[in-house]
This record gives sequence, C-alpha cells and structure tokens, in this order.
Amino acid sequence: MAKLVLYYVHPGNKYSHANKLMFAAARGIDGITTLDLYAEYPRFDIDIDREQQRLLDHDVVLFQFPMFWYSPPSLLKEWQDLVLEHGFAYGAGGTELDGKHMMLALTAAGNDEAYAVDGYQHYPIRTFLTPLERTAGLCHMQFAAPYVLYGALRAPDDGRLNTHVTGYRQLLEAIRDDRYDFATAIERDIVEVADIPTLVRT
Amino acid sequence: MGEIFLLAFLFLAAGVIAVPIATRFGLGSVLGYLLAGIALSPLLRELNVDVVSIQHFAEFGVVLMLFLVGLELEPRLLWTMRAKLLGLGGLQVAVTAALVAGVALVLGQSFTVALAVGMVLALSSTAIVLQTLNEKGLMKSEGGQSSFSVLLFQDIAVIPMLALLPFLALPELVDGLAAAEVTAESHGAGLNVVEHLPGWQRGLVTIGAIGFVIIGGSLLTRPIFRFISVARLRELFTAVALMIVVGIALLMTLVGLSPALGTFLAGVVLANSEYRHELESDIDPFRGLLLGLFFITVGAAINFSLLFENLAAIIALTIGLIAIKTAVLLALAQIFKITGSDRWLFALGLAQAGEFGFVLLAFTVASGVIPAALAEQLLLVVALSMLLTPVLFIVYDRLIAPRYAAAQSGEADDIDDDAPIIIAGVGRFGGVVNQILRAAGFNTVVLDYHSEHLERLRVFGFKVFFGDASRPDLLHAARIDEARMLIIAIDNREQATEMVRHVRANHPHVYIVARAVDRHHVYELWAAGCRDVIRDHFDSAVRAGRSALEALGVHAFDAELLTRGFVANDRWRLRELANLYDPDVPVHENEAYVARAKELMSGIEAAMRGSGDAFGVRSDRGWVPPSKDDVDAVVAENEARTSVT
Repeated sequence: MAKLVLYYVHPGNKYSHANKLMFAAARGIDGITTLDLYAEYPRFDIDIDREQQRLLDHDVVLFQFPMFWYSPPSLLKEWQDLVLEHGFAYGAGGTELDGKHMMLALTAAGNDEAYAVDGYQHYPIRTFLTPLERTAGLCHMQFAAPYVLYGALRAPDDGRLNTHVTGYRQLLEAIRDDRYDFATAIERDIVEVADIPTLVRT
Repeated sequence: MGEIFLLAFLFLAAGVIAVPIATRFGLGSVLGYLLAGIALSPLLRELNVDVVSIQHFAEFGVVLMLFLVGLELEPRLLWTMRAKLLGLGGLQVAVTAALVAGVALVLGQSFTVALAVGMVLALSSTAIVLQTLNEKGLMKSEGGQSSFSVLLFQDIAVIPMLALLPFLALPELVDGLAAAEVTAESHGAGLNVVEHLPGWQRGLVTIGAIGFVIIGGSLLTRPIFRFISVARLRELFTAVALMIVVGIALLMTLVGLSPALGTFLAGVVLANSEYRHELESDIDPFRGLLLGLFFITVGAAINFSLLFENLAAIIALTIGLIAIKTAVLLALAQIFKITGSDRWLFALGLAQAGEFGFVLLAFTVASGVIPAALAEQLLLVVALSMLLTPVLFIVYDRLIAPRYAAAQSGEADDIDDDAPIIIAGVGRFGGVVNQILRAAGFNTVVLDYHSEHLERLRVFGFKVFFGDASRPDLLHAARIDEARMLIIAIDNREQATEMVRHVRANHPHVYIVARAVDRHHVYELWAAGCRDVIRDHFDSAVRAGRSALEALGVHAFDAELLTRGFVANDRWRLRELANLYDPDVPVHENEAYVARAKELMSGIEAAMRGSGDAFGVRSDRGWVPPSKDDVDAVVAENEARTSVT
C-alpha cells in the first residue's frame, strides 16, 4: 500500500466545476490523505514543520490544481518556497524525499489542440510544467506524467467531466493499492482519462 | 509673612527678567541667575537680608540635582562608560587639582589650603556646559560625550570631596568657628545624633544609614507608590518624591553624613526602577528653582568692593585658571585620541570652574578649611570663569569649528540607533505592541500609570516606568526629544488626543501610532495630526466575523477574502469621513459630514463601485477564472491572426 497525499490547491473554489467534483471524489476514497491547501492556509502562513512531516509520512505527493496564467496557483509556489528547504529536500544532506513520487492532476481551459507547437498556446502543456518537473528532479523525486483535463470549462457540458472524475478515482485507488504503473507513467508526457485502463493493473 | 512674599517676589522677578535676557545673548541660564543676583545685591543689602542663610536653604537644590544625577546613572550605563569616566574624568580632576594646588603653594598658601583650593577649582560647571551642549546640539558629538563623562565624574567626585575636606581643617579656623557655632547652624550638625557616640558605634550607625537608603530605596519605593496610586492624585506623586529626597537628606544629616551623598545613592538605586521618570519629572522643577535661587544668592554675595580692590589679581588668577584647565584638557584629549574640533570643544567647554565650586567653598569656610577672605576671592574667580564660558564657546563656534567643518563635511552623520520608541500605556494593547517591537530588537521605553501592569511586566524582566504618559514633562523625561516613535495606547481618549496634538506641535519628528477607542476617536486623532490610527477592537471584530463565516461553511480562503474586502472598504469610508470631520463642530452640525455619511450608508457609492454589498466586488476580484466566452474569444482572436498571416 503506497501512502498518497493529495494537495488540492484552488484559490477560487466557489467558481470551480471540474476541480470541485474531482476533489469531492478524492475525499470519498479511504486510505489516502487529502487536504485543501487554501483552506489550510488562507493567510499563507504555512507551517513548515507540519508540511515536511506530511511529506515524510507519504510516498506519493499529488498536487491537484487549475492552470492559471500557465502556472499553479500562488499558494503552491509559496508552499514550495517554504517547505522544500535545502538540507531537507535538496542540497547538502537534503535527501528526505529521495525516491518518492510527485504527480500532478490539473485542468486547463484551452483544449488539447491549443497546447501544441502549432496551437494557439504555442507549446505542449508539459513545457509549462517544467518548473515543477525540475523541482521534483532536484528533490530526487520521480515525476510521473500529469493527469490532465483539457477544455475544463466545457467539460461539464459535453459529458467529459464525469468520465474524467471516474478515471481520477480509479487512478487514486490504483496508486493507493500499488496497482498504478509508475514505470510507464514516468515515460509519458501526460495521462488522460483514456489512458487510465492501460496504466492501472487490475 | 509679608517679608517672605517680598523676598520671594524679588527673587522670582529677578530670575524671570534676567534669565531670558541672558539666554537671548547666548549666556545661558546660570549666568542669567548670577547677573540677577548681582543686580539684586544692593537692594538686599538695603533690606538687611541674610543672603548666606538663604544660600544654605538653596543648597538643597544641589542635593536635588545630585539625586537627579544619580537617577540618570543606570549602573549599566555607568559600566559602559567606565573607561572614559575613570580615565578621562579621574585624570582631569587629579591633574588639574594637583596643578592648581601647586600654583597655590607657589603663591604662598599652606599645603592643606592649596589642596582644598585645587579640589574646588578642578570642577567644571555641569549646569552651564550641559545646558550649552544641549542647546547647540553637540551632546552626541565625541567632544560632547567626553565632556559629559568628565562632568559626571566630577559630580560623583564631589561626594568624596565633601567627606574629605573637613580633614584638611586648620585648627585655628575651627576654634574660631566653634566659638561662633557656625558649623552647627549652617550644616545642621545640631541635629547630629551620633556626635556623642563612641567611634565604632558611629561607624555602625553610618553604615546602617547608608544601607537603609540602598535597601529601602529598592524595597520601599514600590509599595509606597502603589499605596498612593490608589488615590490617583498627581500632587501626591510630587509629595512622595519630595518626601523621599527630604527624608534621605534628613537621615544623612542626623548621622552626620552629606545629604548630597545620600540622595545621590538613592538616585542610583532608583535609576533602574520603573518610577525613575516619574521621580525625575516631579523633582526637576524644584531642582531648577532652588538652583536658580542658589545662583542668585551667589551673585548677590559677590563682594564688588573686593573685586575692584584686587581687580588685576583676580583677572590674572581667572585667566591662569582657564589656561591651566584648558592645557590639562588638551593633553587628555591627545591621550584619549579625541581629534578635530571635538578636542577644542572638550578643552574650551570645561575650562571654567563650576557651581560645585561655590558649594565646596561655602563648605570649606564652614568647616574651617579655607579662610573666609581667601574664599571670597576664590568665589570671584569661580564666578568670573563661569562668566567667561560663553566667550569660550563663541571662540569655539567662530574660530575653531569652521576650520574643521570643511574636513568633516564628507563624513556621514552618526545615526543614533539608540533613539527610543516610547510606548504610552502597556495594558492589553500596548503590551502586545511592546512585545512585538522588543522581539524585533527595537529599544522601547514603556510608561504606564497602573502599578499592576508594571508589576506583571517586571516579573518577565521588561524595562518599564511608572508615570502618567499624558504629562509633557514625563514624556520629556522619557527622552521624547530623541525618540523616533511614540505609540499611544492609553485608555483615556481625551488624553490620547491631547498627546497627539502636543507631540505633533513640539516634536514633529516623532512618528505617532495611536489607538482609537471608537470611530469618532479616529477622527479626533486624525484631526490632531496622527496619520497612523489603529482602532481598538476592529481587528478582533473582523477576525470574529471571519471565524463566524468559516463556521457557517464558507471556504476559509473565501472568508479571508471577504473580510479583507470589508476591511479595505471600511477603511476607505472612514478616511472619506475623517477628512470632513471637524473637531470644533459637533458631528450632527457638520453638514458636509452628515451628507457624506448618508451617501455612504445609502449604498449609492457601493453600487458605483460595482457591487451591491460594497465589498463583495473586491473579494470577487481576488481570483476569477475565465468564462467559456473568454476561451472562445481567445480562440477566435488567434484564428483571426493566423488567417491574416
């Protein structure tokens, strides 16, 4: 049983359609840790010791958030700045996170065509996630392919949201039960709901 | 009775007229009093007034001054100054006394008289020099600091001198005095209860009395002040302060010790207590008046016929004295590496003889150390050298300082990191402020009226002072002149407003943070000139509102954004109204204020600002994702661009 902690990072919870449902589904799963980072630290006064302990207590760290200005929400950056101290997460003697997995579950307003060299965002979505990927690398963590929902604002209308949420649940349960194929997931750029059956062992 | 009124009026009037004139001409207050005394002397002679007995009474001013000197002398401060104090001060007194005594010997005085004269003339005038340095803003300069060290040492040295001088007494003079019973009368020896005891018992009583002053000073003051603070009467504090000083002086007289020594010790004992500033501001007016009276009597006692008979000799002696003192000070400045204009400030500033010289001369005559005729001539020398001090300062200002000014102008000013932050009122509000500032390493001076607050803080090792912070004199004693900030956290709203007004008017460099008890008090403080007003219960009420929102199921971050919006909006409204508030017009008669308040309350403004609930719009703007339309717009825009290219 892998120990999974899911950080839900959303500054506009009340506007959310996709993330809110995803997080509600995650909360219903036994045996994983979930927390709402903006509810935990509404005034950005992050408790470094508590957060580091949380990291030590888990094997897989998953951040769920909506992309906004090509980045995660600002509180996640604050969390990184404070919690991933040198000597703890990186640098001399910073080996506490060695071998753990970092994973992202994110939503984007643009559709999959937009996130391409010839799309209007000009780059694939992984390019925008490079800072987090390198953060994982510097902390000696394995960066597994992010679970992505494109066109998130339209997803409730065209029925994609429900399948995405179901896939999310399967993904989280599989990680919990050591049935998730991290080796394959690490090789991929992104994971979408259609890929879940190939990555989850039954 | 009428005579007392007449005398009191004469002395007061002379001081009131002469001191401002002297100050205007840059002569300082001490010289003003001396001149007033000189002007009064014919009149006093006409009225057959016993100037000498008044002078003995006025000497109590010196006792008060030593008490205040003691109060200023925190043991810690004394320790950091020890090198300068002992080295510079000790050498100045010792070398000057030795040289002056040598000259006296050469001029044919006996050894004991020469030694006594050396001691008397080695001292400089604390009153004139400190006053002048403060007026010229030179206290913080190296020359000023060195001068202060020397003066402090001299003030302390007076005490052992007072103890030692009687041993130099000339038998023939003492015999003469005993017959006249002058000692008994003038120095209260008549009250001496230990006179007839054997030596060892006398020693025990003396040690006991000093021990009582030290232990009593540290143990009894607090209960006494706590006892009277119940009555909340300002004059009681003054009465207690005077009672303490008079009581100690009495005790010292009873055991045959110098009252100045006793009160000085008591001052040092109390220097670290929370009552220091209160005692200082209570005693200071009495010290000022009595010292003024003392200087007037000195002026009145100047024997002009003697001066004119020996004019050449006395002028020569005075100039000789100034030359010797200046030479010694210049040599010391060289040894202690005081350079540039500071060296000359130090040497010329301290070149006169001082007011303690008068005291010591009176004392030496009374104890039969120096013959009265010689003392009268020395008195003239002392007075003349003091009269010349302003001239020496003018020499420094005009001739010496400009020569060094060019060389020094490139250097940055010393920033006084020690500038205190005064916190007035240290209950639940001021206490938190104090803890935060101290935790950040800032130097705070805490004033409070409530013994219980101070008691609590003292237990935790904070440095706190007892006193009514709304009194300008107490603020002065807490060094508001040098303070960089004042935090007003007292309960009384009128006093808080008055403090803002006073400090804004008299110490505009001080940044003020003031606590307001309610909305109208905010306006009053704003109108008085404070631009950093913190409402008493506002922050806690906002937090309570936020807690309530969270408990009602509002997301914690949304609750945070909502309350932030509320605070911003409320502050904006408050400022709008504060600008219309007029402290001289009752709110309900202030038409502009009422009209604006109505507008703000009607919500029109809120609607104009984009939201029905006025602050909702601000929190909404905290984080709003794009809508579907926004996404379509971006896509369309992009397609249009690609089709063009």
